[in-house]
Amino acid sequence: MPMTMTQKILADHAGLDSVAPGDLIEARLDYVLGNDVTTPPAIKVFEKLGVKDVFDKDRVLMIQDHFTPNKDIKSAELNKTMRCFAREHEITHYYELGRKEMGIEHVILPDNGIVLPGDLVIGADSHTCTYGALGSFSTGVGSTDLACAMARGVTWFKVPDAIKINLTGCLNKFVTGKDLILYIIGKIGVDGALYKSLEFAGDGIRSLSMDGRLTVCNMAIECGAKNGIFPVDEITLQYISKTNPERFSAKDFKAYTADVDAEYSQVIDIDLADVPLTVALPHLPSNTRNASDCTDMKIDQVVIGSCTNGRLEDIATAVDIFKGHKVHENVRCIVIPGSQKVYRQALDNGWLQILDDAGCVISTPTCGPCLGGHMGVLAKGERCVSTTNRNFVGRMGDVESEVILSGVPVAASSAILGRVGTPDEL
Amino acid sequence: MKVSGNVFKFGDNIDTDVIIPARYLTSADPDHLKEHCMEDIDKSFKDKVKPGDIIVAGRNFGCGSSREHAPVAIKASGVSLVIASDFARIFYRNSINVGLPILECPEAFEKISEGDQIEADFDTGIITDKTTGESFQSKPFPEFIKKIMACGGLLGYTESELKD
Repeated sequence: MPMTMTQKILADHAGLDSVAPGDLIEARLDYVLGNDVTTPPAIKVFEKLGVKDVFDKDRVLMIQDHFTPNKDIKSAELNKTMRCFAREHEITHYYELGRKEMGIEHVILPDNGIVLPGDLVIGADSHTCTYGALGSFSTGVGSTDLACAMARGVTWFKVPDAIKINLTGCLNKFVTGKDLILYIIGKIGVDGALYKSLEFAGDGIRSLSMDGRLTVCNMAIECGAKNGIFPVDEITLQYISKTNPERFSAKDFKAYTADVDAEYSQVIDIDLADVPLTVALPHLPSNTRNASDCTDMKIDQVVIGSCTNGRLEDIATAVDIFKGHKVHENVRCIVIPGSQKVYRQALDNGWLQILDDAGCVISTPTCGPCLGGHMGVLAKGERCVSTTNRNFVGRMGDVESEVILSGVPVAASSAILGRVGTPDEL
Repeated sequence: MKVSGNVFKFGDNIDTDVIIPARYLTSADPDHLKEHCMEDIDKSFKDKVKPGDIIVAGRNFGCGSSREHAPVAIKASGVSLVIASDFARIFYRNSINVGLPILECPEAFEKISEGDQIEADFDTGIITDKTTGESFQSKPFPEFIKKIMACGGLLGYTESELKD
């Protein structure tokens, strides 16, 4: 039975020779993660289960990022619940604020060399699908699933059908992985890949950086996909040789390839040169337009960061655009490096000075404004261009505020222009 | 098992941010969450909804975040069932896990109106609109899902299975 990459990873982790779409399987989990919002309810369920220990303290990860640094007393209590549990159970991957390993969950797991190709990961956060960029299978679940997985290290899955996204050519200047995934979501809709895998293929993959691929897989959920996945290539190998030299040199990872005759419910061909600088207007990620067609839309705020676009390459891109420019007088621009490592690298490279000179405010790593938590919540009638992942009603604040999603080049240019804009206008 | 109630109707792509906005996720207490259920799409929902009422919605209900707080908020509001054309996958899984009954039925979404009195039978999957007299067939739950629902969610089910 020919299989996709996803199906092969699921089969291997279920101890089966092969699986077919629709099969219900129980699979072994390599990593299980939760954050400060989803872990505390999971801990409650875990305690009711009456289990003494987590299945593996090195493989259950607890990351504080959503409302941290604690935005109020209630969020401080949530965090305390997770911190106490992590200490009591000696959870290896629990990091305090400011430590070199800390940051937004989906930025640090790949970057700290925790997830490698072939791994199977679930997380109580919908953007857990990010790690497919490394050739792993990862998907989001809720707190009850997290609790049961913390206890047993296994969970059940329905084997997904797949959509093949066949990429050719090369992205144009300033066009990023974010534009590509918004372009795909615009084509197929927010439920276009419901329950399915998005499997990327084709020569065009070579022109996508690892940070770009992480952005693409991060937003697979925004078209309803169970996961997104890239094949392992030279760029993946080079990346993991740096993030986890030990496992890399011991060849302690597995690169899965799709069978040539694997079946797909749909094949979508994309010439990367056709992907424009793209924005998604309120209130759905599928409501896409060419950024250059929206230049009459004035804005109040720009957010550059999040698990979608808070990586080193993203900050570097923003710095290149802000060099010699100022943030528009009517705009506040919030830059949030996705991890302490990204923050420190930006500091060491002198980038934070450039951002500061431009009039940006620089935040500690947090999900913060992406979900309207803190650090940049919008008032009624305000509009924000944001490199985050969702622009639903009320996502970043008041129900009458608006979020326009974009990649970093459009977001930084818009901050300078005071309206939706593109780098070639500067 | 049968449920019946008054219909609250919503459209396509009802996301978890409008079901329970993130600003209220500082607590997972069901009594706190129900006070803000559907707030960003219908501010009066919490005051109008009565025990047993049923939500009928279009495609991709529950898209967005993995927050289990969303089905918990709906269940705590007293809603006995959500019928949608289809559901986003994490929400679907979370609903079963927390014991919120859900049925997929595109035809029911097309024909049922806000305020109708409807009844649903989980054993047969038949949804009856008592206001119009029309009936619709949805796929009934398999046995183990029925058990999870009867136990109030995956936790109760797991506990009862462990006892057996």
